[in-house]
Amino acid sequence: MTTAVTTNGFTPMAETLSAVLAPGHRPTRPSPLSASITFGWRAVLKIKHVPEQLFDVTAFPIIMTLMFTYLFGGALAGSTGEYLQFLLPGIMVTSVVMITMYTGVAVNTDIEKGVFDRFRTLSIWRAAPMVGYLLGDVLRYLLASAMIMAVGLVLGFRPDGGVVGVLAGVALLMVFSFAFSWIWTMFGLLLRSEKSVMGVSMLVLFPLTFLSNVFVEPRTMPGWLQAFVEVNPITHLVASVRGLMAGDWDGGELSWTLIFAAIFTVVFGTLTMRLYNRK
Amino acid sequence: MSDLAIETSGLVKVFGKNRAVDGIDLRVPAGTVYGVLGPNGAGKTTAVRMLATLLRPDAGEARVFGHDVVREADAVRSRVSLTGQYASVDEDLTGAENLVLLARLLGYRKRGARDRARELLAAFGLTDAADRQVKKYSGGMRRRLDIAASILNTPDLLFLDEPTTGLDPRSRNQVWDIVRIVVAHGTTVLLTTQYLDEADRLAGRIAVIDHGKVIAEGTPGELKSSIGAGTVHLRLRDARQRPDAERVLSAALGAPVQLDADPVALTARVDAQGDDRGAAEQASRALAELAQAGITVDDFSLGQPSLDEVFLALTGEHVETEHDTEQGSVLEEAKA
Repeated sequence: MTTAVTTNGFTPMAETLSAVLAPGHRPTRPSPLSASITFGWRAVLKIKHVPEQLFDVTAFPIIMTLMFTYLFGGALAGSTGEYLQFLLPGIMVTSVVMITMYTGVAVNTDIEKGVFDRFRTLSIWRAAPMVGYLLGDVLRYLLASAMIMAVGLVLGFRPDGGVVGVLAGVALLMVFSFAFSWIWTMFGLLLRSEKSVMGVSMLVLFPLTFLSNVFVEPRTMPGWLQAFVEVNPITHLVASVRGLMAGDWDGGELSWTLIFAAIFTVVFGTLTMRLYNRK
Repeated sequence: MSDLAIETSGLVKVFGKNRAVDGIDLRVPAGTVYGVLGPNGAGKTTAVRMLATLLRPDAGEARVFGHDVVREADAVRSRVSLTGQYASVDEDLTGAENLVLLARLLGYRKRGARDRARELLAAFGLTDAADRQVKKYSGGMRRRLDIAASILNTPDLLFLDEPTTGLDPRSRNQVWDIVRIVVAHGTTVLLTTQYLDEADRLAGRIAVIDHGKVIAEGTPGELKSSIGAGTVHLRLRDARQRPDAERVLSAALGAPVQLDADPVALTARVDAQGDDRGAAEQASRALAELAQAGITVDDFSLGQPSLDEVFLALTGEHVETEHDTEQGSVLEEAKA
């Protein structure tokens, strides 16, 4: 309490204030990259101050991995060990893609705060605050991927692609998730409440992740469903990550994944920035 | 380039059916404090947000240092700073982190940003609180950090949107002192407020706005001479002396006297208009005459006209209108 008293007793001193107001040289505006990284640093600071928020990227992926391995393992592949070789890359994709929705929630709750007015009156690259969110989130995605890989290795997942293959798979997943998250920045700006953002996210994410090749081979599905699964970007992403981790990557699937990532960035990035500038 | 910091003509912003800003013309000279005075919902914040490039005007034009706020938004942004009505700092971060973050976004290098943050925290008496999360700050500390963040880059124009609303008197005085020092340094300040007193103390010129329109504009002196320099409030020891007191007071001040609901209280406007004497001198003369007439005054105060009285004088409407009927009935009672 003593500190509160001394700080309240503050008297603005003309000399000290004048000294900090002295118009030294004004620095030149930061580059788009530097501004984005600064906003990414802000996201990391928020994690530092509120570490509980990491629950979703640690506990949730572990539960997903354990749950689906033991739930479907015996029935679908004969043994959980064999199923894990098939499932792990897919469950990693599912978990990380599901976590991306928190980007939208964060944007939605943050943008209403006064500090955003300040950011928007700065002479910086307009997209920097949004890119900053995504950069901070990539860290969270990496953490989630690491958790899943650790659990997988303990349970008996043995990727033939080795360390290089696993890292390449995770890297591709990061690129895709970064691009995919622009959907959530858009919804975060578009929708009125945190709850509606969550609602829309679930509506998009459940079909997208479950109606794919994550859990079962599409061959076992009816034709019309196969048609959807075939065009689902998540299917291409899972096939690519699976390939990379198994050590025999498929150039076609890789290209499709990167094309989808580019489309998401261009379309939803543009829409996000349009909404951001209008807000 | 002109020597005007802000120039607007016919500025309009409509939200649905509400014409929040309805044709505002402002000319704010550079290097001064300009007060925008008005009640809640008058359109002050909306106007500031348009000038700070946060909102796009629906009609009219606004220039900041000669730059159009829509077409040359980036040029405007490089010269202005905003301290919003609600804290424009990140509550989850510490004071130091907030300032380093903004310094980095203004283009300071890592080391430079840290030095600048430390310098400002010291100048604003926040060194002890530097590593505490802002959500744990008191209202006054938060406001100081907010202003510190706004002058990181020594802006040419600083918007302060109701900077003292909700602050205790001591913190309010601190903010006033800071504003005076900032403006002495050449920064133009546009200050919105609900308090005439605040605008009077700080601003070189004041615009009074209501329902999105400027209803009066001028120096504080000009405004006050049009609305009366102040108000005296009296409390008598004996309610029976009130009719005499009313007569003496209205003769001494040359203005009508209001009889308050409280049977021993009176209120009168002091007009400096057409008279060289100041409000205080007139009031003390009136007090002397009351004493001479044998009327005992228990309590006396001379205050600035309230925002309500300003609006009454300018528009003939109270911000809230109930007083008249109440006073009427009390008057009947007193006579009975």
